Amino acid sequence: MAFDVRKIREDFPILEKPIREGKRLVYLDTAATAQKPRQVIGAMDEFYRRHNANVHRAIHQLSEEATEIYEEAHRAVAGFINAGSMEEVIFTKNATESLNLLAYTLVPRLKKGDEIVLTQMEHHSNLVPWQQLAKRQGTPIKFITLTSDHQLNKESVEKTITDKTKVVAVAHVSNTLGTINDVQEIAKMAHERHAWCVVDGAQSVPHLPIDAQKLGCDFLAFSGHKMYGPSGIGVLYGRKELLEEMPPFLFGGGMIRSVDWEGSAWNGLPWKFEAGTPPMAEAAGLLAAVTYLKGIGMGAIGKHEKELASYALKTLSSLKNVTLYGPRKNRAGVFSFNVKGVHAHDVAAILDAEGIAVRGGHHCTMPLMSVLGVPGTARASLGIYSTTEDIDALAAGIGKVQKVFG
Amino acid sequence: MDPVEQMYHENILDHYKHPHNFGKMDNASVHHHEYNPLCGDQIEMFIRVEDGRIADVRFAGKGCAISQASASMLTDAAKGKALAEAEQLTKDSILEMLGITLTPIRLKCALLSLDTLKNSIHIYRVYVAKQGDATSDHAHTGERNG
Repeated sequence: MAFDVRKIREDFPILEKPIREGKRLVYLDTAATAQKPRQVIGAMDEFYRRHNANVHRAIHQLSEEATEIYEEAHRAVAGFINAGSMEEVIFTKNATESLNLLAYTLVPRLKKGDEIVLTQMEHHSNLVPWQQLAKRQGTPIKFITLTSDHQLNKESVEKTITDKTKVVAVAHVSNTLGTINDVQEIAKMAHERHAWCVVDGAQSVPHLPIDAQKLGCDFLAFSGHKMYGPSGIGVLYGRKELLEEMPPFLFGGGMIRSVDWEGSAWNGLPWKFEAGTPPMAEAAGLLAAVTYLKGIGMGAIGKHEKELASYALKTLSSLKNVTLYGPRKNRAGVFSFNVKGVHAHDVAAILDAEGIAVRGGHHCTMPLMSVLGVPGTARASLGIYSTTEDIDALAAGIGKVQKVFG
Repeated sequence: MDPVEQMYHENILDHYKHPHNFGKMDNASVHHHEYNPLCGDQIEMFIRVEDGRIADVRFAGKGCAISQASASMLTDAAKGKALAEAEQLTKDSILEMLGITLTPIRLKCALLSLDTLKNSIHIYRVYVAKQGDATSDHAHTGERNG
């Protein structure tokens, strides 16, 4: 089936909502959170109306139904990213929790002097948990630097990943620059040095076809809400043999096999890492999101967004007195920019008055802002429902910003 | 009126592009730095106190038009005031100077300079004035997150 963005837009009720006194919503903030199709909203509604009960707890019919949906969601996500099995798919609260889980449970395998390697373009979620681990364990963090066009510097990659490296944690797609990193190559280099490779897939899994086994990473973290699913659910993919060795992160109900007064035995994968009543309706929503994306096809989605990103790149780089950050090639639909003489907040506020939703600020990448030499940027990010009209509206909106500040 | 033109009216843009009292001061009695982690805006304020009055005040920093214009207007208003008088300035005084209404998020931009001024005066009272050294260049820099 051919990709038809008009048809897709009809699936997203919020896009019909008039914004700022009757203006068309131009939603260019999908990198922050994606809008939800009626299929996802309906699945969550349906879960509460017809299937709500606690999972893995009871033998009554509703619990069976809820459990089946919850487990099916794991299987669907496993299929979506080509994990080896659903045992390799752990549901968390979000990508941030997935990364925190790692920063805590990989600790027993680290000794003083072991190094952690990150890049200068990491989101705070893939930086702060490792900083805290570094403080607790005395494991220094080394940063891979960027080239002048905001890609990872290959020389720096080779120099920074050494025999001392134990963990390499890297964003697949930068949430600020849109850079697509060659994580397959980085995973290979990490493994040659006997280090684990952690990939932050929050900005890639919703937009590109992902094959976790082909990427070769040991762990892949992502969020439901950025892939057109609900907030409150995230995923950690991990290789089974590593997950089996790792200790649990959170403790309580659901993650145990048996408990006596002295101690407990842990449940099997993935439940060992899912303590407490999990996000159940959210899992139903995530299942619907994955089904929705698979129905359209990640290949077709990736192609649509790539074409749109080229159009956006061409349009935005033709604007005078606008600085665009990020690479010219190997980039996803994320565009950080600044309008000369105008603060990013003012850019965002004026665009908002036109019905255009962009983000203004540091995008949870404050250290990266110091590399760019700016306090913040405005950021427009694309999604499955974005159109060339959205980008034209953005360009016109930037014109208005320049007129106001003229 | 167009809501954008209402917010970014000529007076605000004029203060943004040509801020009054902008720059650092060598002989400040107190200087203090505030930061809005939400947007990265920062304001550093320098105050010279003489006889319990704000003899001079300057500010430096980066920020959006609303935060910079409010700092420019606020420093104009604070200059010459007794400390106790300057402490009476409120959110409403800032909004009156700006002549606009603001959403809660943008209000934080507008109030960053007021927070900086008030905290500067507080620091002056607690750390500087108590040492009986009110007109020296004994400056104190404080930083507060959030």
